[in-house]
This record gives sequence, C-alpha cells and structure tokens, in this order.
Amino acid sequence: MEKVFYELSRWAIPGLICFVLVYAALRGVKVYECFVKGAKEGFALAVKIIPFLVAMMMAVSIFRQAGVIRLLEQYGGAFFQLVHLPPDILPLALMRPLSGGAALGITTELINTYGPDSYIGRLASTMQASTDTTFFILAVYFGAVGIGKYRYSLGVGLLADVVSFVASVYIVSRVFGAF
Amino acid sequence: MINLVWLVMVLGGIILAGLKGQPELVTQAAFQAAQTAVKYALELIGVMALWLGLMKVAEEAGLIKKLAQILKPFTRLLFPSVPQEHPAMGFILMNFSANLLGLGNAATPFGLKAMQELQNLNPQKNVASEAMCTFLAMNTSCITLLPATVIGIRIAAGSANPTEIVSTTLFATTVGMSAALLTDYLMRLWYNRKSGAQKKC
Repeated sequence: MEKVFYELSRWAIPGLICFVLVYAALRGVKVYECFVKGAKEGFALAVKIIPFLVAMMMAVSIFRQAGVIRLLEQYGGAFFQLVHLPPDILPLALMRPLSGGAALGITTELINTYGPDSYIGRLASTMQASTDTTFFILAVYFGAVGIGKYRYSLGVGLLADVVSFVASVYIVSRVFGAF
Repeated sequence: MINLVWLVMVLGGIILAGLKGQPELVTQAAFQAAQTAVKYALELIGVMALWLGLMKVAEEAGLIKKLAQILKPFTRLLFPSVPQEHPAMGFILMNFSANLLGLGNAATPFGLKAMQELQNLNPQKNVASEAMCTFLAMNTSCITLLPATVIGIRIAAGSANPTEIVSTTLFATTVGMSAALLTDYLMRLWYNRKSGAQKKC
C-alpha cells in the first residue's frame, strides 16, 4: 500500500504535465503560447504576497527569538508530565502552526536524538506530517487576494492542529505502544 | 482576530526580550525575518510561473471546467455558495490532490489560483467569504497519504522502517480534517445567524 502511494507521488507530476499537454494539443490549443501567458501571472502573484509574508514572519520571529516558546515550555512541561506525555515533544507542538522551517528543524533533532524508531521519534514524525503551518498558509492565501479579515478561519485552523496533535498521540501510543 | 494575535505576538516578544535585558534580539529577529520573507517569495516565482503556465493550458483545453463538472456532488455539499461547475472547484481539487500526495510546492500555486477564483465570487473584497474559510479549513488540515519530507528524514536517520508512520499520519490527518470541516460548518451557521441580527465586522 505504501509502495503504491510512493509510486503515485513519483509519477504524479510527470504524468500530469504529459496529460495536460497532450490533451490540450489534441484539442488544438497553442500550448507554448498559452503556457507563457499563464506563467506571466506567477510573477505578479508571488510579489503580491510579500507584504503579508513580511508581517507574519516578523511577528513569528520576534515571538520565537525572544524566548516566549521557551517560557511556555516551562509551564507546559509540567502539564505534559501530568498527562503522561514526553515534555520533549512540546516545542514541536507549539512551533508547528507558526513556522514550517523551525518545526522541521525540531522534528529532525528529535528523530536524531531519540532515534527514528523510538516512541518520541515516531510521535514527532507523525505530528510533523499531520499538521500544517496554519499561520503561514492563512497569511499567504489571504494575502494573495488582498483579504485582511480572516473571520473564523484562524480559529478553525488552530483547532484542527490541536485535534491532529491529540490524534497523533493516541494513534502512535496505540499502534506502537507508549515509551 | 488576526490583528489581536499579531499584536500579542509582537508585543509579547518585545516585553519578554526587554525583561531579559536583551532588546537587540528583537531587532535582529525582525530584520532577518523580513529578508527571509522576500527570499521565499522570490523562490516561489519560478514554481508559480511553471504551474500557472501549465494550468492556463489546462484551462484553455477545458480540463478545469471538466474537473469542476465531475465534482458537482462534492461542491454542493462543501461549498454551497459556489456556483456549480465553477472553475474554482477544479483548482481546489488540484490543490487537494497535491497536498494528499505530499507535493507541497505544487499545492501553493493551485491553492492561490483557487483563492483568486473564489475572490471573483466574493461580494466583500476585504473579508473572507464562506467558501474561502471552508477551503482553508480543508487545506490546513489536509489528509496526507505520503509525508515525503518526514520519510526522507527518517531514512537519513537510519530507521528500520521509514514508512511505518504513513498509517498513523493517515489516521491523525483524517481525524484532524473531519474536525476542521465540522467546526467550519458550525461556525458558518453561527456567523450567519449573528450577521442576520446585526451587521458588524
């Protein structure tokens, strides 16, 4: 099953490019000219999200570098021990919705410190793969169309992160056994 | 809400750095982040141009419309405010498939294109529409079949079975996505009732 997903992922992009171009060519679309016309939009769109990226990444970076996460860890660590969770996983849980790069760094470090086949290694792997950088995605996607009022989407995104996190702990303990 | 979260993050960081007697941490972090943001956007230009080029070809050939047609039952359920067979649905599906297969750099251009299409339907141009909120709930919690990056790290760390976390990830993301879509649905109902009573942002 995993092999099938892997092959599918490997062939997805070559397959898609081939399919789209052949289909379009058969229907008489001027593929090259059309491609260039579309590609032009890419530049404008990427530039348009810059102010939103700067604002979001600046806030996340200040928040992180000043040590707010470390302060939260001190209080959260006690709570984590209370519910039988390894406190080492807490920085990952806090960082995941804020910064993709930083979270990936923490995951890599946890996997290398505790071993990929340890409880913490498996849990970190599952958590990293299960949740997304909610703040970043919202800033980029809403920024691209110039929307400033997110309504309830931030709340929904963060709730989903918490649920995925709890589900990761549950399933990893269940499948592989805790500790 | 985003204004408050943003303000709390910036001020919280500054106050803590000040209490520690290291306000220069803030200066450094702020300038570095600004540069990283622009670097990221510049790197995105190439990928964006490539995918939007290909998508233009697909659109011209009528493929995006066709995709939206196939998705009609799904559209009615999740995106009742989007007209059926609207091209936005085609792009939403492309974004979803890319996320599913762990193709992160293809997902963003499809997703931004979907946002543009949804923005065309949005009556209030600076406020997120219902369909956008649903799309983003779906996007940030998306089911993952192949977490390629994490598998790569596990292989590098010498795991005996690097892909063993595929099934646990599938479970966690399925639960997360269900929760996101359900909450989104409830919030939509709640907001609609509230905005019926009084119009306020």
